Amino acid sequence: MSNLRLKYASITKKIIMGVMGLFLSSFLVVHLSINLLVLFDNDQYLFNQAAHFMATNPLIQTFQWVLFLAFVVHIILGIVLQIQNWLARPIGYKVKGYSEQSFFSKYMIHTGMVVFIFLIIHFANFFVKAKFGMVDEITYPDGKTVDNLGILIVNLFKDGYYVAFYVVSILLLGFHLEHGFQSAFQSLGLHHPVYTRWIKALGTLFSVVITLGFITIPIVIYFFR
Amino acid sequence: MDLTLKVWRQANAKENGRFVEYKVKGISSDASFLEMMDILNEQLVTEGQDPVAFDHDCREGICGACSMYINGRPHGPDKGTTTCQLHMRRFKDGDTITVEPWRAKPFPVIKDLVVDRSAFDDIIQAGGFVSVSTGGVPDANAIPIPKRKADLAMDAAACIGCGACVAACKNASAMLFVSAKVSQFALLPQGRVEARERVQNMVAKMDELGFGNCTNTYACEAACPKEISVANIARMNREYLAARVIAPND
Amino acid sequence: MTKLDAKIPKGPLSEKWTNYKTHQNLVNPANKRRLDIIVVGTGLAGAAAAASLGELGFNVMCFGIHDSPRRAHSIAAQGGINAAKNYPNDGDSIYRLFYDTIKGGDYRSREANVYRLAEVSNNIIDQCVAQGVPFAREYGGLLDNRSFGGAQVSRTFYARGQTGQQLLLGAYSALSKEVGKGTVKMYTRHELVDIVIIDGRARGVIMRDLVTGAIERYAAHAVVLATGGYGNVFFLSTNAMNSNGSAAWKAYRRGAFFANPCFTQIHPTCIPVHGEYQSKLTLMSESLRNDGRIWVPKEKEDAEKIRKGQLKPTDLPEEKRDYFLERRYPAFGNLVPRDVASRAAKERCDAGFGVGNTGLAVYLDFADAIKRLGKKVIEARYGNLFQMYEKIVDENPYETPMMIYPAVHYTMGGLWVDYELQTTIPGLFAAGEANFSDHGANRLGASALMQGLADGYFVLPYTLQNYLADQIRVPRISTQLPEFEAAEKEARAVINKLLSIQGKNTVDSYHKKLGLIMWDYVGMARNREGLRKAIDMIQELRADFWKNVKVPGTNEMLNPELEKAMRVADYLELGELMARDALMREESCGGHFREEYQTPDGEALRDDANFFFVGAWEFTGDNKEPALHKETLVYEYAEIKQRNYK
Repeated sequence: MSNLRLKYASITKKIIMGVMGLFLSSFLVVHLSINLLVLFDNDQYLFNQAAHFMATNPLIQTFQWVLFLAFVVHIILGIVLQIQNWLARPIGYKVKGYSEQSFFSKYMIHTGMVVFIFLIIHFANFFVKAKFGMVDEITYPDGKTVDNLGILIVNLFKDGYYVAFYVVSILLLGFHLEHGFQSAFQSLGLHHPVYTRWIKALGTLFSVVITLGFITIPIVIYFFR
Repeated sequence: MDLTLKVWRQANAKENGRFVEYKVKGISSDASFLEMMDILNEQLVTEGQDPVAFDHDCREGICGACSMYINGRPHGPDKGTTTCQLHMRRFKDGDTITVEPWRAKPFPVIKDLVVDRSAFDDIIQAGGFVSVSTGGVPDANAIPIPKRKADLAMDAAACIGCGACVAACKNASAMLFVSAKVSQFALLPQGRVEARERVQNMVAKMDELGFGNCTNTYACEAACPKEISVANIARMNREYLAARVIAPND
Repeated sequence: MTKLDAKIPKGPLSEKWTNYKTHQNLVNPANKRRLDIIVVGTGLAGAAAAASLGELGFNVMCFGIHDSPRRAHSIAAQGGINAAKNYPNDGDSIYRLFYDTIKGGDYRSREANVYRLAEVSNNIIDQCVAQGVPFAREYGGLLDNRSFGGAQVSRTFYARGQTGQQLLLGAYSALSKEVGKGTVKMYTRHELVDIVIIDGRARGVIMRDLVTGAIERYAAHAVVLATGGYGNVFFLSTNAMNSNGSAAWKAYRRGAFFANPCFTQIHPTCIPVHGEYQSKLTLMSESLRNDGRIWVPKEKEDAEKIRKGQLKPTDLPEEKRDYFLERRYPAFGNLVPRDVASRAAKERCDAGFGVGNTGLAVYLDFADAIKRLGKKVIEARYGNLFQMYEKIVDENPYETPMMIYPAVHYTMGGLWVDYELQTTIPGLFAAGEANFSDHGANRLGASALMQGLADGYFVLPYTLQNYLADQIRVPRISTQLPEFEAAEKEARAVINKLLSIQGKNTVDSYHKKLGLIMWDYVGMARNREGLRKAIDMIQELRADFWKNVKVPGTNEMLNPELEKAMRVADYLELGELMARDALMREESCGGHFREEYQTPDGEALRDDANFFFVGAWEFTGDNKEPALHKETLVYEYAEIKQRNYK
């Protein structure tokens, strides 16, 4: 019996999905706040300092692996759930149904996959380079020498194609969040006659802020730097 | 009114099906959808053709037998309405109406628009009951139940087991059906006793039968003829979480 | 001639059931496992019986025609279930419930059975609450009660407008529990086509698998029929489309007596007929009569104008309305029993005061109640019924009065059973609406649910044991016995015959014709001439059916037309028996109203001197006159009076 439960356990998977999703959302907040620093000066001093802190602080470094794990679990479970869902309806309808309730919910796997591809490219562009010392160092007037990740961003965002790809990916991430945020609460059983409406509103607000925040950076750099 | 119907025809579970087009003429706008199907069938029988098989019984919207996917929606365009309570005044003269059976792996087609929903019975048999035998129970008023809770339990218990939630869900998930039963009993002291076991057994059976996972799209709630709330799904998730992780022995 | 022994236990009325239980035979647990019981039907009576017998340890096989046991037509009962709990402290008691039921049934039911029904009514409520049935509650957390037709106390328990559904789901959950445990084996989409009698005892059934058409044999030590009523003989009724009388009819043809077939209940509050294509009538719960007031215009001219749409009912001033139930029956007003209310509505419509475009409708008006209690309260009480009405009729009952008209709803008649619910065939039991026992000539509202569950939960588990106690030495019965062979062959012959006619008329066309004959001549008001005519017409129609019916397809498939044809073939015989019974019963009582027998002011005139009996009919062969057997009723306790609701 317990074996069976492990094999199926739809609700368990959903709960894990939700928890991971919310955790990843919190990561997005941190990530965004650091990224935004790049806009505040011309020599990326603030950003590079912050990045340096993140790359060297042992606590953050440990947490990084938790984050990585969360990504992997979220993605794998997402794919498993989706495959099960497809298998649950081998013959589809001629007239496609539509749900009036939540538009983005129908495209979680699609938005998720695009975000996943984005993530791989993003990894190659920044994370791998930073990890394996492929980033030039910079010494600031105050004597601090750090990896110049900031310039990497600025350079990338001078490329119009990359900016377009980035913006589209972030938009889809926003769609993903719009449904995912409130959905996580539902999966965790947190439904309330009054507050659920607020959670949904908060989810929309969150996804809009995250999307606009991330999109602002390439737009500003491409057009104004 | 005159209508064109595109109806899924399938001789039996083994053969492949296809859509067949029929014309019906002079339908009264006061007729119900199933009465329109009756007229079509009378026509087919008279012409020596096999009539369209469909499940139906009470025609009062309570037995849950009728199950047609009409123009992309389970039970058709009206909110909170079963197919049998759908009336032709909702359509216009000259409309083309596509009628399909419920589609889900655990609901195989038996014939035409008739599907096998015994998977729902299997789920109930796995735990959708209170384990009391006949006789030897306490007086009905021995345990007061807050009206608020009794009303919520009634809201959940109103489920007619038609399967529209599964038919509407893009994942063919049965969460609304299962959660309605889990909620009804979890809310009442009589059902509370074995709530932990119930939710686990019913969910395990639901998964085993091959229903999809809930992705919280809430299409089920929109399609439910009894307007069962997705709050029940959240309650089931909560019950499940409590049973598996937080307080298994409560 | 009389073979009818009701086997009523000795002793005072209130001790009979206790006496029976104390002295009956029992079966020990080890033997229960070796005894097979077939239960046909999964409604309140069937599901409750199958579950309870399974719990006891018998090996139960349960059959239903639907895709799931939960769809049985008990599900459609809206109003509630009676019990003598006396929670509201308004003077109710077992005796009062017993007496109201006897009186409501116009003194044509069996005293001992009715008393037992009232006695176990309280257990039913306890049982259902324990199962998690969400009955309506008051703010203090205790159960709420409402009043219902034919009673002066509030003894009706309810679950919104879906009491039948909730009670059936309770029984269904109990049944599912036993199916899960393996004590009950459930067969869905199976229809009974015959009953197998071996050495005078019911020993099995022949079933048709409705999906594959396979004709299957099942053997058991006892057979329970809980297959509901035969109201669909009228084609238009409040019964579900698949409700049918065939199982009971097969039992009748195999020798079980059919009692009081003419006792049909016409329910007063149904949505009026609106078109020829109409497939069924929709009942609006009787509870609506608690707050709604029934009226027609006082003047024929106003009725005429309303029918033509020149006058709106809401514009008709109070003094021009005739609240005919309140006028005729001031004591009970709008809450008179169903038969009385139905007849009064018919009388007004026949006299030309009817409304609606057909003139066959009366108003059920909530304007006063809305004024008194507010729309919110009315919505809370009847919201789902109002919504249903609006969906069907396309009118808002909060603003314009509802239109209602009587429709066939329930059949009090059914297989004759003794106190143990055993038919005249040993080993064949009948429960719920399928038997005749508890409602006499008229059933009170909220009593059908009570009877179904009483039979299933609290009567059969005892009486079946009493029967089975001497069967413990009978080994499992083989389905290879010649009796099974013969029954299967006969069943196949009927099916083949139906499929081979290939005439020109659809099954429904015959059913509709039969329904019209029944409604016109064997309906709410009957007379000698009309009944004779009906018998002739039915015989003619039956002969035509067997020559000209068209049933498409084959047996070896899901074939709803064949299913219907088999049921209509039986109705064409049953309808005749109903007319014969109505003709025989030269009195008016309950749902049976003979125009020749009425008081000067149009009330039913009972004849206790000559018709104080149950009329049980014995099948004597195809196209032969059935034989009548009389079970004379003996009333030791209830005082027999003219029913008076004035």
